[in-house]
This record gives sequence, structure tokens and C-alpha cells, in this order.
Amino acid sequence: MATLETFYEVMRRQGITRRSFLKYCSLTAAALGLGPELVPQIVHAMETKPRTPVLWLHGLECTCCSESFIRSAHPLVKDVVLSMISLDYDDTLMASAGHHAEAILDEVMEKYKGNYILAVEGNPPLNEDGMFCIVGGKPFVDQLRKVAKDAKAIISWGSCASFGCVQAARPNPTRATPVHEVITDKPIIKVPGCPPIAEVMTGVITYMLTFDRIPELDRQGRPKMFYSQRIHDKCYRRPHFDAGQFVEAFDDEGARKGHCLYKVGCKGPTTYNACSTVRWNEGTSFPIQSGHGCIGCSEDGFWDKGSWYARQSDILQFGIEANADQVGTTAAIGVGSIIAAHAAVSALKRAQHKGDV
Amino acid sequence: MAPLDDAKPVATPDEEGTAAPAAGRFLKAIYVYEVPVRVWHWINALAITVLSVTGYLIANPLPSMPGEASAHFLMGYIRFVHFAAAYIFAVGFIGRLYWAFAGNHHARQLFRFPFWDLHWWGELILEARWYLFLARKPKLYVGHNPLAQFAMFWVIAVGSVFMIVTGFALYSEGAGQGSWQDRLFGWVIPLFGQSMDVHTWHHMGMWAILLFVMVHVYAAVREDIMSRQSIISTMISGVRTFKDAEVPADEEHEAPAKRVKHAG
Repeated sequence: MATLETFYEVMRRQGITRRSFLKYCSLTAAALGLGPELVPQIVHAMETKPRTPVLWLHGLECTCCSESFIRSAHPLVKDVVLSMISLDYDDTLMASAGHHAEAILDEVMEKYKGNYILAVEGNPPLNEDGMFCIVGGKPFVDQLRKVAKDAKAIISWGSCASFGCVQAARPNPTRATPVHEVITDKPIIKVPGCPPIAEVMTGVITYMLTFDRIPELDRQGRPKMFYSQRIHDKCYRRPHFDAGQFVEAFDDEGARKGHCLYKVGCKGPTTYNACSTVRWNEGTSFPIQSGHGCIGCSEDGFWDKGSWYARQSDILQFGIEANADQVGTTAAIGVGSIIAAHAAVSALKRAQHKGDV
Repeated sequence: MAPLDDAKPVATPDEEGTAAPAAGRFLKAIYVYEVPVRVWHWINALAITVLSVTGYLIANPLPSMPGEASAHFLMGYIRFVHFAAAYIFAVGFIGRLYWAFAGNHHARQLFRFPFWDLHWWGELILEARWYLFLARKPKLYVGHNPLAQFAMFWVIAVGSVFMIVTGFALYSEGAGQGSWQDRLFGWVIPLFGQSMDVHTWHHMGMWAILLFVMVHVYAAVREDIMSRQSIISTMISGVRTFKDAEVPADEEHEAPAKRVKHAG
């Protein structure tokens, strides 16, 4: 870690020809939805900018974000990790362990103070002083606060870091808390999903390195380029929705014909993600394509918006599992009964006092 | 009495009353609801009906259509009708809000909630007692009684705003980021948490309005039959007729204000 090489230098050292390098830049531009006139800008950035140190911390999580990340195809995660960023600390990926690993953390924090990117996978539990998640003998929340202090920006990987995900689902016994509620003084890029799409993860990193700024974010802090539309808006089964053709049960004719999964609880209409465009595993498929509705894994609190097989979510405030229509119908029957009884009493009263009024 | 000054000559005490089974005639007539209020009421009623039916069908779609997708657009039409009715509902509400300023003092009642008026609360309790069969006679009102005003303020005035705001927020999801719906109402989605919760609340709003409609229709029919003033015909003709000579409770302190307005 003496002096950081530029991306281009690293790629050339790995035997990549300039021609391949330029192709790579063009592909990256296309993946980010940029026009051809911006390719030279990417080339220039790659040729001149030193690699950015990234520290990747793991809190309460399942490592599905890392699993997704290492499967990125465009760009290949190999290129991201070895050429683009300087992934100096990632306890699940790095070779060193124990005190050696922790020493690197301190070294990078000191050397690149205010210039490194902090990537957080998972979130800190705050109950019992954070004792539900211990990293290197200390509560994870302490490590997070320490590393976040001098970071340039923070990437919240996955729904855990962005919104809390399953460990923050009701009743959330460990008080798992999303990163943005713990670290409030740094720019935070939320990349939700359980896990996020690999190409979305590498795409966000590529954008940040290329343009040296964080991507444009929406109201909830997610990069607009990947999270500005719902699954529903770009779903290939959308024509069936508009036509009113639905899968009524998972083994019916509609399911075989690939009709819309709305009635079996698809959360596509309420979920912002790039699954229906970027898809998964090198663009092979995504949940809806495989015949299962979207579960809305990139939405805030999706674990508590059940069932995954019903369009209307249960309202837990009523103590029983009931959706808006069930609550409304019950209330309407109640009010209807009261009205009927009231009308009957009114008629009786009137008969009693006939001629009084 | 003052109200007769404002009474339209359409109704005179000598004419046959519309719904007065006891007397068969009425003694007094006051012009209450101006044309825009009446037109809005019925357009709004129609819009609420259409919105509720189509809204329910959006959440619980009809049985699947047979054949090819290219031959149908059922869900698309249902959503289109919902959105079209929603625009009518929203524009109508804005028009009604304007009329609260431009119209007579009865047009303002829907948007008023006299929280600090102890006298008003007293009359509200009296009206509630009448509906619980605890009071022998309700008070007479030219406009809405306090109990009706309470329900209308919260369900129709506040409820409509809630449905318009959440509705346009949901519409903005389809209209896309940067659309005027998104710029004006997009902030609602993160306020509630996410889109799912906005859907749920929008749905609950529908049920609240439907419960109001049930009570509203029942109370209007019942009052028309049992009380001493007209209700249903008033929302058609605009004229409230009274079957006896008792002075309405809201006449004294509201009529002078009206007279001042007419003088100025």
C-alpha cells in the first residue's frame, strides 16, 4: 500500500490490453446508462485517478450482499476488487485475519483520513450496548462509529444497512438499526435489496470512482439510476396485468401461461429496484420470471408487510392478522347493524308518539 | 324573522310541503345551499361511488380474462376510470374550497371545526343524545347540526385531502420521478415508510368515507321523515323548509352576519 496505482496501471499490469481496457470503459458507460460522449471521461478517470480505498464492514448480516457482489458480471467483480477499488478491509474476503486484519483498518483510516469509502453490510444492534454483534471483541456499533468518522461517504449495502431488514423486523429484540439512523453526519448511499443486484453494487462503485461524486439519490437515499422505477413498471408480465390476466393459484393455467402474479401477492407494484431490467446472474432471470411474485425485498420493512402471497398487507395494529378490506368490511357490517337497529328503534319511538310532532 | 328575507320565492307557506307527514305543509323556507354546493355534492357522491368500486377492484381484481393479453385491457380501463374519477374528485374539491370563500356562510361550514366553541360542543352532545334516544327533541338547524358538521369536517374535508394527497402520491409512482405529481406529492411515500403502507392507508381512507356515506344517507333519510325540517330535497332545490315555527338554533347568531355581508 505504498502509493496507489491508477486503475489503468493495475489493469495493464494484469496483462489487459489497451483495446480491452477501452472496451471495458464503453461497457461500463453503457451499464450506467451514459452516452458515448462520456466514455473518454471514464477512460481519463481510469488512467489518472488512484484507486480509492474501500473499507467494508460487516454487522448483523447474512453475507448475501457479499455473495451477490462477487457474482457481478458487468463489470466483473475481479475488475472491481483488483483494479478499480482498493478493497483494503473486508473480513470475509481478505486473506489476513485477526490482529493483522484489524491493524489494516487503523492504518487505512489514518493514512487516507477523509478519503476512503466505508461500505457497510448489515447493521448495528443497539440493545444491551450493542452486545448482540461483536467484531474483534468489541461491539460492532463502536467499530462502525469509529470508521465512519473519517469516511468520505458511506455505502449501505443491502436492506439490512439501508432499512434494517429481517433482524429489525417486529419485534426487533436486538434493536437492529439501519446505518443512517446511527451515522447522521455523512453522505449515505442506500443500496437496498436482499441482496442487492450484483451489477447494481458494482455499478454504484464504478460511478463513484469515475465521477468522484456520489450518484444522484432519490428521496429515500437510493441511487436514482437503479431505484427510480418499480419492478412493475418494467415487468415483462405487465401486459397481462393491464389485460386483467392473473395467476389465481400457483398451479393453474394462468401460472403456466406466465400471467401477472399480482393476485398471488407480487410486490412489484410497490417495489423500487432494477430486477426487471438488469435481472440476476448475468441477466439470466429474476423472481417474477421464475414464476414467483416479487417479495419487495428492497423496500423498507418488507418483512412486516406480509403476507408475501397477498397484495394487501396485514394491519398489525388490530391485534389480529387482517388487511384493510377485512377491517373495513367488519366495520361496515357493524355500522350497518347499528343503523338497522337505530332505524327500528326510531320507528317504534315514532309509533309511540304518533301525532306529537 | 330574518331568514325569510333570504328565502327564495319558490316556496311559500301556502304551498304543499314535500315531506311533512304530520302537517302536510311547511311554515318557513330558507335558501341554504347555493348551486355550486349542490352540483358539487352530487358530482362528489358519484365520484366517491366510482372511486370506491374501481379502487376495490384494483386491490381485488376481477377473475382472470381468457385468451390473449392483446385482446384485453380490463385492468387498464378500471385504473383509467379510477384516475379519471380521482381528477374529478380533486378538481371538485378545489372548486368546493373556493366556494367556501365565495359562497354564503353555509358553504363554509364543511371546512370549519369550532374546537374552542364550548356552546357548539354542548349542542353536539345534545344532538348525540337525540340520536341515542335520550333527548325528546333535537334542535332545529338551518345548516348542519354540530354532530353532522363534526363528521363532515373530519371525513369529507380532512378525509378528502388525505385521499387526494395519498392518491396522487400513489399515482406519481406510475407517472414517474420528476412528474408534477411526484414533485407535489412524492414526499408522501417515504413519510409513510414505503409504497405498501400508503396503499394500506389509502384503502383505510376509502372505508372511512364509505362508513360516513352509510351513516350520512341513513341520517338524511331518517331526518327527512322524522324531523321537522327538509333534508334530502334541500340538496336538490337548495331550500330548507321547516314544518313548525320554532326558531332554528343557528339562526340568531348567523343570520346577522349574513345581513352584514349583504349590506357590504
